Amino acid sequence: MTLGQASRRGRLKIFLGYAAGVGKTYQMLSEAHELRSQGVDVVIGYFEPHARRDTIALTDGLETVPRRIIEYKESPLEEMDTDAILRRRPQAVLVDEFPHTNVPGSARPKRWEDVEVLLDAGIDVLTTMNVQHLESLNDQIWQSTGVRVRETIPDWVLRQADEIVMVDLTPRALLNRLERGVVYAPERAQAALQNFFRESTLVALRELAMRQTAHAVESRQPPEEPGGPIEAAAAAHGRERLVLLIEPNPASAALIRRGRRVSDYLQAECFAVSVSRAGDLSDLSPDQRETIERQLNFARGLHIETRILQGDDAAQTLVNFARVVGATQIFVMRQKGSRVPSLLRRGLVQRIVSLAGDMQVTIVADRSRRHDKPQAP
Amino acid sequence: MRRQNGEADKRVRRPDPEALLRHVQAAERAEHRGQLKIFLGYASGVGKSFRMFDEGRRRHARGEDVVVVAMQPDMDAETEAVARTLEAVPTLLMNGIPVIDVPAVLKRRPQVCLVDGLAYDNPPGSPHARRYQDVDELLAAGLSVITSLNLAYIVEQQDFVRSVTGKAPAQGVPQDFIDRADEVVIVDAPTEAETPLRAKQLSQLRQRALLLTADVVDHQLEAYLLLNGIEPSWGTQERILVCMTPRANAAALLASARRNVDRFHGELFAVYVNQPNLTAEDQTALNRNLILARAQQAHIDILDGSDPSGTILDYARAHGITQIFVGHNLRETWRTRLTGGLLDRLIEEAEGIDVRVFPH
Repeated sequence: MTLGQASRRGRLKIFLGYAAGVGKTYQMLSEAHELRSQGVDVVIGYFEPHARRDTIALTDGLETVPRRIIEYKESPLEEMDTDAILRRRPQAVLVDEFPHTNVPGSARPKRWEDVEVLLDAGIDVLTTMNVQHLESLNDQIWQSTGVRVRETIPDWVLRQADEIVMVDLTPRALLNRLERGVVYAPERAQAALQNFFRESTLVALRELAMRQTAHAVESRQPPEEPGGPIEAAAAAHGRERLVLLIEPNPASAALIRRGRRVSDYLQAECFAVSVSRAGDLSDLSPDQRETIERQLNFARGLHIETRILQGDDAAQTLVNFARVVGATQIFVMRQKGSRVPSLLRRGLVQRIVSLAGDMQVTIVADRSRRHDKPQAP
Repeated sequence: MRRQNGEADKRVRRPDPEALLRHVQAAERAEHRGQLKIFLGYASGVGKSFRMFDEGRRRHARGEDVVVVAMQPDMDAETEAVARTLEAVPTLLMNGIPVIDVPAVLKRRPQVCLVDGLAYDNPPGSPHARRYQDVDELLAAGLSVITSLNLAYIVEQQDFVRSVTGKAPAQGVPQDFIDRADEVVIVDAPTEAETPLRAKQLSQLRQRALLLTADVVDHQLEAYLLLNGIEPSWGTQERILVCMTPRANAAALLASARRNVDRFHGELFAVYVNQPNLTAEDQTALNRNLILARAQQAHIDILDGSDPSGTILDYARAHGITQIFVGHNLRETWRTRLTGGLLDRLIEEAEGIDVRVFPH
């Protein structure tokens, strides 16, 4: 019996928004009542009240699993009690704020990892998040809004969600709510209005949330009937494969995010490789080695296969590997530094381009740099 | 060869002083006009009407003067309960068709009118043939309107809807009317209506409604940035620019760019920078490439500039390009080796934009 239960993974449903106050939690709670009226055993695993009256009122009639108290730096902090939820074994659980980082000392660093545990135990999870927490969008969001988000979720976690719905509210309505004090207390609302809640930022994030949801809907569509246009195109052009060159440069994170995003849209396989003379990075300085190891780890966290290649000639080694795995595209980082290193790098990029033969080479923009733009009045 | 003035050119939006002027005029008009807000759904039964009446109820509770001026005949109980709490100016029934009583509404002059179902046709002999024209009259008179609309009732979407579901309604509202709305909200919930549509069909409609709203939002973002004098910083949508040259392998470049644009639901652009002293052979090749670009439905522009890479990058920045596709010629001349060719300069200077290099 227990075996049978464990074999069914829970369903994950994400209520996706673009800012605090658009109504994600409200909609999740409404759905919980709907489920309850259908006889589903649903409980609240974690709920962030934010002192919003309408939302708090919606928790009436729903059971809450008490939070766990964790001592951190001599003050008690509260986190979701994943073990208690597992013991309670509901059919479905509500988990607010999917991208949350747990207090140090918790069993798992991230709330999305707790959710994985619940799903593995066969419990359905309903959760909330904003689009800007998606890892692969991190640089793009920085580039177009000036907002750098720290708490991110790897794209594959969203990809395996069974359902993603967009919770929409227009920026104007959101700004009204903020001014009326519905979203935050007055002092915090003023600060928010001057920073994150600029109308241009909200409009841009809202558009990204819509496109992301549309992409999620599309990638969940049942496969095309044989002979359909997408399948025909795939058959004619084969499967795309991307190889990303990781260099000892912190900006490589932007290359990895971009590569992940492009390969998701193209339904391509993706590899991240680093080239060293010694084949195990031992010829690099400790700093460089650490940077590369961190980048390769980051890539693995996004479910990108990684390799360290041995070779004296980085361009030639990279291109050989790309050819062996049947790559269609090579991604390298564009760097703008002082004139001299730039000329040296131009040599590397140029050599890759000239060796690549029939492969395409993409020189990825460094989206971690941003000109500060004049701001909205 | 001069600048193209075809269909494609009209769709190129930036930088466009006329568009800016239109936005400024629209903003001035908007001071006198009422605000239009549309709740857009991808199918019936997703809760558009409920969202609309619920907003009306909340605004009424906050002291706004809200009146229902059109209802649908078959509302679900929950929606009807909310709608009934609000004052109504009843529709007139003409030949069995409900028509907004525009004179009565104008006489009552509420701040906000609720119109459930924007896409009705009025019966012959009515002052306006279509309901959205009645709504336009209310807006022009300074009344705000909140309304609900189903994707299938947008005229320009009906070919798509027909291709997915096999049919589309006879009535419709032009896309332009949606584009001019002050706010469009996507109601992205599972349908609770009995529907003959399969999951895949519903998901295709859902995707289209999301992308359509994203496009409306994108235009609003541009307008906002233009009006507020903010230099745009792009990245909300993928826009691919193909650099055309007579010798480039244009067919492969364009076909790949089109596939990528389709996957990203982005936009495709192609430019050519005029070069002096083209041979007749190159001119023919170039013309053939431009025909290919048109066939891939790219926005095409012919640019003038003594510095090709600078000209291309200025264009790319003005048009929010995120990826530049360029062909690469393996045979380098001594001159490009010395000074760095177009490709090197593009790579060097394309800050914030990806450059994808294609073999010839």
